[in-house]
Amino acid sequence: MSSDSRQPRLPAPELLISGHSACQGCGASVAMRLALKALGEQTIVVLPACCWSIIAGAFPYTSLRVPVIHSAFEAAGAVASGVRAALDITGQKNVQVLGWSGDGGTFDIGLQSLSGAVERNENVLFVCYDNEGYMNTGIQRSSATPQYAWTTTTPEKYPKETPKKNMADIMAAHKIPYAATTSVAFPDDLIFKFKKAARIQGSRFIHILSPCPPGWRIPSDQSIKVTRMATQCNVFPIYEIEAGDNYYINIEPEGVPVRDYLKAQGRFSHLSAEAIEQIQRRVDFEWERLLHKAMMKRFGE
Amino acid sequence: MSERKVIMGNHAVSYGVKLARVQVISAYPITPQTQVVEMLSEMCADAVLAAKFLKVESEHSALAAVIGAATLGVRTFTATSAQGLALMHELVHWSAGSRLPLVMADVNRAMAPGWSIWPDQLDALSQRDTGWLQLYCESNQEILDLTLLAYRLAESLSMPVMVVYDAFVLSHTSEPVEIPDQSEVDAYLPALASRTKLDLKTPAAFGGLTSPEYYFEFRYMMQQAHDRALVLMDEIGAEFGRRFGRNYGALETIDCDDAELILVTAGASSSTTRVVVQERRRRGQNIGIVKLRLFRPFPVDAIRRVLRKARRVAVIDRNLSVGCGGIFAQEIRAALCDLSDRPEILGYVAGLGGRDITLALLNALIDDALERKAEEGYLVFWGLKEETLYVER
Repeated sequence: MSSDSRQPRLPAPELLISGHSACQGCGASVAMRLALKALGEQTIVVLPACCWSIIAGAFPYTSLRVPVIHSAFEAAGAVASGVRAALDITGQKNVQVLGWSGDGGTFDIGLQSLSGAVERNENVLFVCYDNEGYMNTGIQRSSATPQYAWTTTTPEKYPKETPKKNMADIMAAHKIPYAATTSVAFPDDLIFKFKKAARIQGSRFIHILSPCPPGWRIPSDQSIKVTRMATQCNVFPIYEIEAGDNYYINIEPEGVPVRDYLKAQGRFSHLSAEAIEQIQRRVDFEWERLLHKAMMKRFGE
Repeated sequence: MSERKVIMGNHAVSYGVKLARVQVISAYPITPQTQVVEMLSEMCADAVLAAKFLKVESEHSALAAVIGAATLGVRTFTATSAQGLALMHELVHWSAGSRLPLVMADVNRAMAPGWSIWPDQLDALSQRDTGWLQLYCESNQEILDLTLLAYRLAESLSMPVMVVYDAFVLSHTSEPVEIPDQSEVDAYLPALASRTKLDLKTPAAFGGLTSPEYYFEFRYMMQQAHDRALVLMDEIGAEFGRRFGRNYGALETIDCDDAELILVTAGASSSTTRVVVQERRRRGQNIGIVKLRLFRPFPVDAIRRVLRKARRVAVIDRNLSVGCGGIFAQEIRAALCDLSDRPEILGYVAGLGGRDITLALLNALIDDALERKAEEGYLVFWGLKEETLYVER
């Protein structure tokens, strides 16, 4: 699979329509558009509170050409499980259930019901479109916010001290059939993974890095470029985990220094050279660890 | 053919759910609800009941899961108690606002702390403003019957219904119960045909952002559904009577026509009250009982009709809204307050946290209610340890 094609051939169905209410340069709308292109019309979206609660449109409108069930913030894992059960008991096994949450609904408030659902290996595709903070409520820190990043609840004088959770590993620890990371900056990788996930039975998890121009303090026309750098410098590696054990790295890094990625964003503008160096060391260590996991022999071999 | 079995209240629910041919069940275990879901698990495992049972990781997820399933138009069930219902609270609102015809059993249990697994009505009453209909049961037969009736009500109104009964006094106590024949239940409760449900052919959004331009009317429509429920309860209850020989209305009135004093009860203590009142009647005292079955919607007109003739009303609340009083008493006062010929209303709070409501306690309560100055009867704590001597006098 080619990852550097400038104009990937996108599948035809256009299930996100114009007039939605995303901000300029929003990654979340790109992510949904591409995901639904891969999954097609036989999809039910379960949408807990997140930016997408707004993007989907206010009553009586909807910006999606597939059914949407809005749910309470922490409940996507359970609501999606109920939808799956109703489909199965009525013989509609071919319909995809797509749990579509932000990082708050995945890493934080939604983690319990998500963990419960994937531990039961519910036949649902769970997605986290991760913009690294509570952006819909005005940019507050979540547990997906990177270390030292500015948010309105982690002001520059009192930054977030802890590093970002590794959500893909948390999902893999449940030994689900498929977990993967991807990014709106790599649309062909994203579409490939959704198509692949659609063919797998059981719980699947896809973590999408999704830029937020106001939250990251970047110009809206730079959002894809900056997001691509996150992978090029190994801050956000793109990989798959099959059966919870077998790691495959999908995008080769390009040796871009973390400094370049951080300097491109206003949310990191207060970082000292020392802090940047510390982040670089952490990124290098995590990449090394990921390489080790990818080089381990496959479980059962 | 119907059959008669000696079963505990929790199993009466399970039989009701089976007879209702529920399709998706989701629950999380909590004492004293556990036998409900244990039996349903076995029924599903043995394929006696063709339902999917989601064994989720919390009560919040249990209600969320049936919300998801019901949105697709399948019949669902969940059951909980006390802390579990409190954890569900956000979704208790959500499911009513979504107009989903859910049925849930709540085993009345006291709220912690201190930890208590014993009966107290506060858990269910704390959900009174959510839009759920609430039915209170007196016996295991009533638990089974009202479970079936609840589905008829819920699906006729597109509103969720809670079937409420006392911890242990009913949940774990065995009584003879007439279990109706499946074909007769099928005739009473046909398969669910939702008017609005998720349909892949005509995609729509459910529960999304709603501006002030629309929200108000949605709430008004929920009230309209509750208004219809008052009429429907009696119709559906009477139809139940014709089919199964047991009639159910919003209220049950016992010897109220000539009653000087009417006791108002809900739940299992109604049975004990019946025994006490029968004995008083034999002694020539004109005492009646109003048993509240339907608490939401609150049957204001029916309550006015029956209570206005009495000189006195004594409400027995196995619950306390701290800082206010017994919740049933407050609702009854509100229902009667604009009647010029209203009776005097005494509010008794008794049996909190599972303290037994005994014959002796009720006998003393009746003596007190006949004699007490009305202005000293707004909130009476009945059966406190300090008053033990008085109760046993």
